[in-house]
Amino acid sequence: MRIVVGHLYPEHLNIYADRGNMAVLARRAALRGHELEVRPLGVGEPIRPGDHDLLYVGGGQDREQALIAPDLAARRRSLAEALADGAALLAVCGGYQLLGRFYRGHQGAELPGAGIFPHETVAGQGRLIGDVLIACELDGERWNVAGFENHAGRTRLDAGAEPLGRVVAGFGNDGESGFEGCRVGRAIGTYLHGPLLPRNPWLADWVLRQALAHASGSEPPAFEPLPDVLERQAHEVAARRAYARGGKLR
Amino acid sequence: MRVPLPLPLEIALARGAGRLSRLARRGGGTTIPGKILWLLDPRAIERLAARLPLGSALVSATNGKTTTTAMVAEIVQRRVELAHNSAGANLVSGVASALLARDGAQLGLFEVDEGALPEVARRVRPRAVCLGNLFRDQLDRWGELELVADRWRAMVAELPRDAVTVVNGDDPQVGYLAETARRAVVFGLDDPRHATPLPHAADSRWCVRCGTPYRYEAAYVGHLGDYACPACGHVRPALDLVARAIELDGLEASSFDLVTPDWTRRIRLPLPGLYNVYNATGAAALARELGASADEIVRGLEGFAPAFGRFERIAVGDREVVVLLVKNPAGGNEVVRTLLAGGPPPRAVVALNDAIADGQDVSWIWDVDWEPLLARLEGVVVTGSRAAELAVRFVYGGFDASAVELVPDLEGALDRGLELTPAGGRLFVLPTYTAMLALREVVTARGFTRPYWEDAA
Repeated sequence: MRIVVGHLYPEHLNIYADRGNMAVLARRAALRGHELEVRPLGVGEPIRPGDHDLLYVGGGQDREQALIAPDLAARRRSLAEALADGAALLAVCGGYQLLGRFYRGHQGAELPGAGIFPHETVAGQGRLIGDVLIACELDGERWNVAGFENHAGRTRLDAGAEPLGRVVAGFGNDGESGFEGCRVGRAIGTYLHGPLLPRNPWLADWVLRQALAHASGSEPPAFEPLPDVLERQAHEVAARRAYARGGKLR
Repeated sequence: MRVPLPLPLEIALARGAGRLSRLARRGGGTTIPGKILWLLDPRAIERLAARLPLGSALVSATNGKTTTTAMVAEIVQRRVELAHNSAGANLVSGVASALLARDGAQLGLFEVDEGALPEVARRVRPRAVCLGNLFRDQLDRWGELELVADRWRAMVAELPRDAVTVVNGDDPQVGYLAETARRAVVFGLDDPRHATPLPHAADSRWCVRCGTPYRYEAAYVGHLGDYACPACGHVRPALDLVARAIELDGLEASSFDLVTPDWTRRIRLPLPGLYNVYNATGAAALARELGASADEIVRGLEGFAPAFGRFERIAVGDREVVVLLVKNPAGGNEVVRTLLAGGPPPRAVVALNDAIADGQDVSWIWDVDWEPLLARLEGVVVTGSRAAELAVRFVYGGFDASAVELVPDLEGALDRGLELTPAGGRLFVLPTYTAMLALREVVTARGFTRPYWEDAA
């Protein structure tokens, strides 16, 4: 089956090897007999409901993020419609921030967000940088997800909002709540890069299964597991790094 | 207020610590003396630098600062006694150690880490600063590229009144600093035959003034090239020193016309790759500001031997190991391009460490375009503390998993690579910074090369 990915602003938001996430999705889809078609979505290019099975927003530096923020915020309705239609969404770092209600920078200037995730982000003193490990539970399955974080923004989830995971080691959303990322149905956002998916193949498969559910108009299919020998080794090293040198919650 | 010790006493104490460090086999003692000096007297660096009769020159860039500085040294050192941090210790402590190392030095010549540059410039009060390029690198250490560029701008504005700022005009963020500088010299390349498409995830592709994507007449290395903004008209500044008619001779050498306001000379550089043409042009521009003649510049560049780990060739028994430092996407892409141009080797050892000096965030390996090289390799040995991550990168890049050998131990990986290399053959080793130092230590221990701090002397 063909899985259509709308990759938002690949020229602006690509700072933490977002290409790696795409490579992992493409290969793991192919190994299950599916084809991933990635369509870049630049500033002003419309998203029509039903066009995409998965939307992806990566991270950028402040300057690049400021360049695309108004365009992303203006997509509030089309993004909400795509998600209501059952499309999946993955947002990393800057993309995760800008899909909340707003991002307020150091000088107090506010970038508007697209309002997909129930959170607000405010730049704090000092960047939260380091290896990070979080414990996730998605649809009854439990995994650890290992990554690297590097963000000035402190993201506060609304009361009752569902995080992607709980911080085991590292800072997470704000360095104090113990939450990391956010989930709304088939949409997940996270600060974890490194990139996110190569060393967390189970999360890659979860995202693919959500996208396939939209593509086929049915439930997420079951996947035969892959051996993932190298991926597991990479995950273990990254997890050890988070314990040894990840940021400490305040 | 604490009264500082007399400077000669401080110098003696700090130098003693450096010798102890070498005796204790803790390394080259290239940073310890500076750190001790710092403890004894935080203002000693200023006082030492102020003693240099010909002042100081600083070189910074994301990529090429070690090579560029070594080229300037090669050009000027016949005539001038140098204090030079040639072993690559490029933070404040390394500069202080180099200032301590040599009595009678006339000129300070220092490569300086991008992040440390503002502080070093404030303390050393240089007469010249050469700024090569800014690529994304070690975001986990220095934050974002823009922050580094902003800090450089503030640094340039505060340079001594008569100081000259030498900038690479082909890098929009760096060339833009010419507008801030009181006196600027701009260098760059002009030979569209060597243009390549802007790479995936290029940095600085948006106009520094208005944010519109630049149009490139030619991009040479990453985002370095001849650019123009179609909206506001911001263009590459006029070049004072230019490399033209560039010929690349595989893995061996390159040659080009070096065009200055006063003379043009053909240079045959014993180093491969366009990025080294940038380094040489920047070095020539700086050396010229330091008073070097055309003959001195030509002789220095043509007689240049690679800085350690930068296309360094080491004879290991009947095989040759070629070490190519790879530490960020831009540098990695140029190494891949150079290897392909020279006829790619059948095998390579790629080493990924994640210490602070390498960058703890290893995501950059995904932004290097390894694929054209992988397509030509029969096998690759991956090693270092994040070897598994590298193996995953190559396999998801389409490389056959059975052709990837995972040998996390660096020495074991080097031996495996040598074993796979036929007698008389060449083994290419692509390490990150600390992996490069460790691998060099292995071949030094086996007697094949000298320690880096001796090479540096």
